[in-house]
Amino acid sequence: MEIWNRHFECMERDELRRVQGERLRETVERVYFNVPYYRHRMQEAGLGPENILSIEDIVKLPFTTKSDLRDTYPFGMFAVPMSEIVRLHASSGTTGKPTVVGYSRNDISTWSEVMARTLTCAGANRNDFIQIAYGYGLFTGGLGLHYGGEKIGASVIPVSGGNTNRQLQLMHDFGTTVLACTPSYALYLAEAIEESGINRDELRLKAGVFGAEPWTENMRREIEQKLKIKAIDIYGLSEVIGPGVASECTEQNGLHINEDHFFPEIIDPETLQVLPEGSLGELVFTTITKEGLPLIRYRTRDLTRLHYEKCSCGRTLVRMDKCLGRSDDMLIIRGVNLFPSQIETVLLEMSEIKPHYRIIVDRVNNLDTLELQVEVDEEFFQDKISQLQSLSGKLRDNLESATGLGIKVTLVEPKTIERSEGKAIRVIDNRKF
Amino acid sequence: MIIHQLSVFLENKSGRLTEVLDVLGRENIRITALSVADTTEFGILRIIVSDPEKAKTLLKEQMFTVNITEVISVMAPDEAKYYAKVLKILSDIDISVEYTYAFSTGKKSVIVLRCSNNEKAIEALKAHEMELLKASDLYRI
Repeated sequence: MEIWNRHFECMERDELRRVQGERLRETVERVYFNVPYYRHRMQEAGLGPENILSIEDIVKLPFTTKSDLRDTYPFGMFAVPMSEIVRLHASSGTTGKPTVVGYSRNDISTWSEVMARTLTCAGANRNDFIQIAYGYGLFTGGLGLHYGGEKIGASVIPVSGGNTNRQLQLMHDFGTTVLACTPSYALYLAEAIEESGINRDELRLKAGVFGAEPWTENMRREIEQKLKIKAIDIYGLSEVIGPGVASECTEQNGLHINEDHFFPEIIDPETLQVLPEGSLGELVFTTITKEGLPLIRYRTRDLTRLHYEKCSCGRTLVRMDKCLGRSDDMLIIRGVNLFPSQIETVLLEMSEIKPHYRIIVDRVNNLDTLELQVEVDEEFFQDKISQLQSLSGKLRDNLESATGLGIKVTLVEPKTIERSEGKAIRVIDNRKF
Repeated sequence: MIIHQLSVFLENKSGRLTEVLDVLGRENIRITALSVADTTEFGILRIIVSDPEKAKTLLKEQMFTVNITEVISVMAPDEAKYYAKVLKILSDIDISVEYTYAFSTGKKSVIVLRCSNNEKAIEALKAHEMELLKASDLYRI
């Protein structure tokens, strides 16, 4: 199994902690002197750069949130002059202004490095053809994969998102071996391949790197079966760098975090205390090498666990579980916490139903209502009302036992739920708070 | 004696039935019989048409969920007692009727049945000298 950067990816823990401490110290010094926001926050906490000497001291530092970035829109948190910034990306803001991130030349090179590790983790090398069906542009997905692909010397196909027919044509004619896109688009492409009549044996696909939205193990199995590839989960967020923060290796046993660049912690989102190793909590990152937009203890809102045992692939980098949801996409329905991924898991366990769904939340007479629209599988459809009713009844029962909530199930016609070419919109919340 | 009936899954949305009929009408497909079973959430349209395979293909192209279902059909005098007789013949040999619908052609009625066992039902009805219709008979009505 190839490893891109054996020195850092397989480093002994003690040595890694020392490197992390040194890099943290430099980062804190940089932000203290170059970012007024951080200087004020540290002064408020009675801290100066001299108080941060090793990685253990990180717990003294204040947290950063997405709203801090919004408050300093667009460039207020940058730690280098704009003349040093060679690239700007922005993520679409769910509320108002976008989040802007800036990269120095060294940041771009760090990004290429961690993406080279990611692709190598997925088993790719210079002989591969990587079809990048993530969007290019302000979104970090396309260009992140692009630079990593070039760094490992693969043949990069920068097709960008959308235009499914062209995707299939290039995949077929160029002999794409690695597909990079969102998992929901991978499923969409799998369906499109089935419909197009292209014989799977004419394709050379062997692996896919999928991320940018949460997906379940069952969705992975479906992608792997339909496309006959190894589906690798990758993780990143533009504030930290974009894709390349963490990636599974071919063992598919957790995502290796590139912690020599991005130092992870798990905290309790309520008390903000660091939780013991192995606990489920909110993932927090401190970027310890970034120059353009260094972030101190940035709260991702993603919920996961960390595992520090060495992986059988040989890497010692800490592994995170697939994210179990975000602490902010959690729905509270009649006082019950609900993650859309819980619903997805139930759907994927039922072969009669397609995993395309939409959740509609509303409030009628002060009572939250939840409707789940799912597509009836064409192969399963027969003309008996009783059969369809027992199907929706079974689904309702399974949902209730999995979530503790009564959910209205509506069967809809196949292909009526929009397939997303970017992040799938699964929840429509019509409640007014 | 087995008749191929088309079953179409319909969401409860206005205009869906019209769309089905438009698709078939454009290609001059004739509809001999039609019935809609509905619930609060969805409906199933059942139709007997002149060219079921072609109709299925056309509807699938328009993203409808379609299946071909096997039914049987009996021609009987236009009186309730004959309908009752047909049903009794079947229930006597423990064949359940999943659904049935009928229409009149004047003096006679055409009864369509989906049974738990269509072959056995055909045998039994024939033994009682009931007039079973072939697909080609139906399309000519």
